[in-house]
Amino acid sequence: MNNTEFEFAPEDFKLVGAEKISRVDEAFPSKPIWKEVLTRFAQNKGAVVGIIFIIIVLTMAIAGPHMAGHTYESQIITHQNLAPRIPGLEKIGVFNGTEKMHTSTGTVIQNKYISEDPSVPTGLEKIYYWFGTDVLGRDIFTRTWTGTRISLYIALVAVIVDMCFGMIYGLVSGYFGGKVDMVLQRFSEILNGIPTLVIVTLLILVFKPGLVTITIALAITGWIGMSRIARAQVLKLKEQEFILASKTLGAKNLFIIFKEILPNIFGQLIIMSMFSIPNAIFTEAFLAFIGLGVPAPLASLGSLISDAFKSFTTHPYMIVFPVIVLAIIMLSFNMMADGLRDAFDPKMKEM
Amino acid sequence: MKKYILKRVMISIVTLLVILLVLFLMLEFMPGSPFNDEKLTDSQRAIINAKYGLDQPILMRFMNYIKAMLSGDFGVSYTISKNTPITALLETRLPISLRIGGQAILIGTIIGLILGIIAAIKHNTIYDTITTVISVIGVSLPSYVFAMALIYALGFRLKWFPLLYQMEAPLYSSIMPTISLCMFTVATVARFTRTEMLEVLGSEYMLLAESKGLNNFQLIFKHALRNALIPIITVLAPLVVGLMTGSLVIEKLFSIPGIGSLLVSAIQSNDYNVVVALTFIYSIMYIGIMLVVDILYGVIDPRIRLAKGEEHE
Repeated sequence: MNNTEFEFAPEDFKLVGAEKISRVDEAFPSKPIWKEVLTRFAQNKGAVVGIIFIIIVLTMAIAGPHMAGHTYESQIITHQNLAPRIPGLEKIGVFNGTEKMHTSTGTVIQNKYISEDPSVPTGLEKIYYWFGTDVLGRDIFTRTWTGTRISLYIALVAVIVDMCFGMIYGLVSGYFGGKVDMVLQRFSEILNGIPTLVIVTLLILVFKPGLVTITIALAITGWIGMSRIARAQVLKLKEQEFILASKTLGAKNLFIIFKEILPNIFGQLIIMSMFSIPNAIFTEAFLAFIGLGVPAPLASLGSLISDAFKSFTTHPYMIVFPVIVLAIIMLSFNMMADGLRDAFDPKMKEM
Repeated sequence: MKKYILKRVMISIVTLLVILLVLFLMLEFMPGSPFNDEKLTDSQRAIINAKYGLDQPILMRFMNYIKAMLSGDFGVSYTISKNTPITALLETRLPISLRIGGQAILIGTIIGLILGIIAAIKHNTIYDTITTVISVIGVSLPSYVFAMALIYALGFRLKWFPLLYQMEAPLYSSIMPTISLCMFTVATVARFTRTEMLEVLGSEYMLLAESKGLNNFQLIFKHALRNALIPIITVLAPLVVGLMTGSLVIEKLFSIPGIGSLLVSAIQSNDYNVVVALTFIYSIMYIGIMLVVDILYGVIDPRIRLAKGEEHE
């Protein structure tokens, strides 16, 4: 034990620099809100993957139908039921046009592109169908991307309906309040009480099944959720001072709604409208599956799946690609909407 | 509370009346009449009109129509099974649909709850990720995709289950339809339970309960789950909608003789009376469930009915 006392030497102390104290007061530059949103969004892996896939699907929907040299309705009778065959990949043994058929008599492996007897060529040796052909000899690749266009069109309709109907309805209802609000809310409550299924069914009785009918059905029911969100947002804002100031300066109601309130909530509303996209695509795919979608020979993803289902125990490849594309679209829109909402307002979960 | 319930009931009744009015007007203004035979004289036509009540003023006819619909008199089917009263068609079909729908919602809720609880307890582990993946996929894929995957794998290749519904083995052959129908329920319930449980588990009363020395079982089932379950009533409405639309496709895929497949074939063969009757039944079920959900929620959480009451006054 060493108990010797020691004395402090001047070197034991260090002067704390004045510049370190002043750092406490450093002013952080304020980030614009959209930049913050963007940063948070970019950190969300699922959302970024979602957006990348949406861009890929969008590109394919634009370019895809022109890539293979077929149209969605052109059929070559001799090219029926050809399995997928992709140049390049065929060399490593996948997508080489071979299909395993499970029939009641047993399993058969066959390749319709290349005949087993070299002296009798099939005439298909140089032909490639990337996703195969259907029972009528149509190119599934072209049809899948044509169908994707319809799903994306439905997505667009859903957003437009939300923005045009839902938003304005909610804004007016929330802003004016009182009797106007009561009447508008009762109306939307009653409409909300009618199942979408019923509305679609009744529309189909009056009009013919097709894109127009589906669009009308979406227009009738799609906006209610959005109108509620818009109304709730307006109720939050309309008692605030800046609205009062604007009123005092003599602003008209319409001016206040569209120039004062709307810019403050527009971002949130756009994001909420993303949530109605998967729902709308779902509705279309479901209607197409029970045969109430677009009329043949036009194809939507739902009707492609429905057609392929009829022969899917013998030719399962026909159903795989439309299902995968539909799944990718639904998943990416869901993930993107989730990511956008969390990025915009982390507190606004599960609305 | 009474005022709140009364208001909800009133809205439900008005909704039902609106649906009836729409159905009635469609019937009135649909082109074509069953009595446009040119051989009929005016007096014969008058007799027929009197027999079917078509000579009465439109308001009276609407009243009669409401009375008939509410008493379950939907008329006869035209094309699906000629001249059979629709009530007879429904008698055998409605129970099957209700049973499969019930199975799906029961099993789906149980599995969803279990998944959600596990995910919340083991937050940020592999179990949590698996549950999230399951729930995202379940919400994103239409039920017919699951159904087809099951038909191909378990039915066609492995031959574990019959491909189609069999009346002789109602339970065994309804396993695959139930699974594909309940995926949406599983996903929604799991996702919701997880969010709610995480919120409750992070609360201070849970910390108190834990520091009192309660064991895990008591903590989770007696304290956390009971509070987390309250808001789950709100997802009931979208679940019912999902089941209704899902049942149409699933019943068609598995050839289940229920009301979903009946509606699909009625639409396809333009059997107007059947479509109207089923539309009405679907609406009644939906409105009824919405009403129960709203009232239950008001009973359980007084803040809801207070908030709603304030908004409207």
